[in-house]
Amino acid sequence: MRDPEHEQISREKLEQLQLERLQLKVKEVYERVPYYTQAFKSRGIKPADIKKLSDLTKLPFTSKLDFKKNYPLGLMAVPMERIVRIHSSSGTTDKPTIAPYTRGDIETWSEILARGLATAGITSKDIFQNAFGYGLFTGGMGYHYGVERLGAVVIPTSAGNTKRQITLMQDLGTTVLGCTPSYALIIGEVAREMGVDLRKTKLRLALCGAEPISEQMREDIKEGLGVDVISDYGLTEAMGPGVSIECPYHCGMHIPEDHFLVEVVDPNTGEQLPNGVQGELVITSLTKEAYPIIRFRTRDITSLNSEPCKCGRTLARMSRVTGRTDDMLKVKGVNVFPSQIENVLLKIEGVEPHYLIVVDRTEAFSCSDIEILVEVNDSIFSDKMQTIEKMEEKLRLALEAVLGIQTRIRLVEPKTLTRSEGKSKRVVDRSELSNLK
Amino acid sequence: MGIKQISVFVENKTGRLAAVLEVLEKKQINIRAFDVSDSANIGIVRLILTDAELGLHELHQAGFTARIDPVAIVELPDVPGGLLRAVVKPLADAGINVDYLYAYTEPSTNKPIAVIKTEDIARAEKVLKQR
Ligand SMILES: [Zn+2]
Repeated sequence: MRDPEHEQISREKLEQLQLERLQLKVKEVYERVPYYTQAFKSRGIKPADIKKLSDLTKLPFTSKLDFKKNYPLGLMAVPMERIVRIHSSSGTTDKPTIAPYTRGDIETWSEILARGLATAGITSKDIFQNAFGYGLFTGGMGYHYGVERLGAVVIPTSAGNTKRQITLMQDLGTTVLGCTPSYALIIGEVAREMGVDLRKTKLRLALCGAEPISEQMREDIKEGLGVDVISDYGLTEAMGPGVSIECPYHCGMHIPEDHFLVEVVDPNTGEQLPNGVQGELVITSLTKEAYPIIRFRTRDITSLNSEPCKCGRTLARMSRVTGRTDDMLKVKGVNVFPSQIENVLLKIEGVEPHYLIVVDRTEAFSCSDIEILVEVNDSIFSDKMQTIEKMEEKLRLALEAVLGIQTRIRLVEPKTLTRSEGKSKRVVDRSELSNLK
Repeated sequence: MGIKQISVFVENKTGRLAAVLEVLEKKQINIRAFDVSDSANIGIVRLILTDAELGLHELHQAGFTARIDPVAIVELPDVPGGLLRAVVKPLADAGINVDYLYAYTEPSTNKPIAVIKTEDIARAEKVLKQR
């Protein structure tokens, strides 16, 4: 354990530390960030009102919309002279989230990631091939600094150029591969196409993050790469990768609670939910200098567990993110989450998580109909048409039962659905689907 | 007599069957018998090949979803009612349901051969042999 003083801290001591840090941070943003001054005043809150940790609920939420309204740097709590680096989210359809860092922030982030990598079982003897994208995206650079801080070797391959990735893994004796889960699947497939057996290389672990990962996807990555898979969670608003990470026991992702104060709330009412209950993750940063966040609503659905872990850490764990509050589609007036569809597909034995939801949009968020394209793999394929049709019917009925609406299913050949080298796309407009019809 | 059949999943659209056949041609794998079952959107291509294992391997390499299954084959008497008396009736009498069947001409003997798929191939073969 890299930092037992914090990683094995008692709840009581942790809460004392969190309260002290929260009080300081609240005072700081109230004095320095006009947006927070305004938001606190409109609720009749002063920093001095935060006397105990539960007073957190008196503070207003911050949302993605508030980030957008204050684009690019309206929430900054320090002068530009103190900034040493700026990252940004991709913001493909919207204004991106800008993430500035002070020198202190880079230090903290590197240390959080080094601690996280150690939590995952990575040591200074490892060779870490960093196939997270380098550049504006926080993933590449973030991990780069974390791996260096840990004292392991970092190979900054960035994402893409997959054949070269595989050649380097063989030639340099890579022991850990870091990348998005969808890219890990691609690497496994390309290695197979190249006739390379990754089980014969020194690779021993894959660290996957930056996009949601299902249990089935984890199994497929394990199968494709022949190694265990550790998941990591992060977001640009909070820092980047490293907000939480699994230990080798795979029983949730440990949160560095000395740096992040987390809550899970009901997405509709904003009420705090007890441990173990699924809801929206809300994060307050306790140590960020440049761009502190107060009760930031992540839109990610998860649950918390603060029981001590088998690995010896007392830091709380969050469950796998099962969906996003804003992925919601309105189909014929009914709310549908892509994660619901994914869960049904995973339950029908053998269906790979390669699917695409095609929507016929009538307005911005409403659609008249959805069709689900599912890739047929060897385990669900049959030489009998009747068996395939039965499986299709089973899928259709299971989806109808869960979603409450009828859906259409189309079985497609493997690799029909393009896998991006970055984030995997699960929902697409029919108008964008020229190649599939 | 038992034999292995390869089935390939294809989408019911232009060029997909050709794509399957091109893989086999490229590897010089000969097709002895051939059958297609299709619905509105998908098709199953069933093949008896000169080398089933190699065919399966190559189709997988080319990215197709494919499988290998045992099927029964039986030589048909080249007379009216041949299929009925040699295959369909004996299996029906034994209570064996036929999933599908198709036929081809064996080049070495120039005799028609029926390819039969049932739930229990071993049992079907036993019934067909007893005849
Ligand atoms: Zn643990």
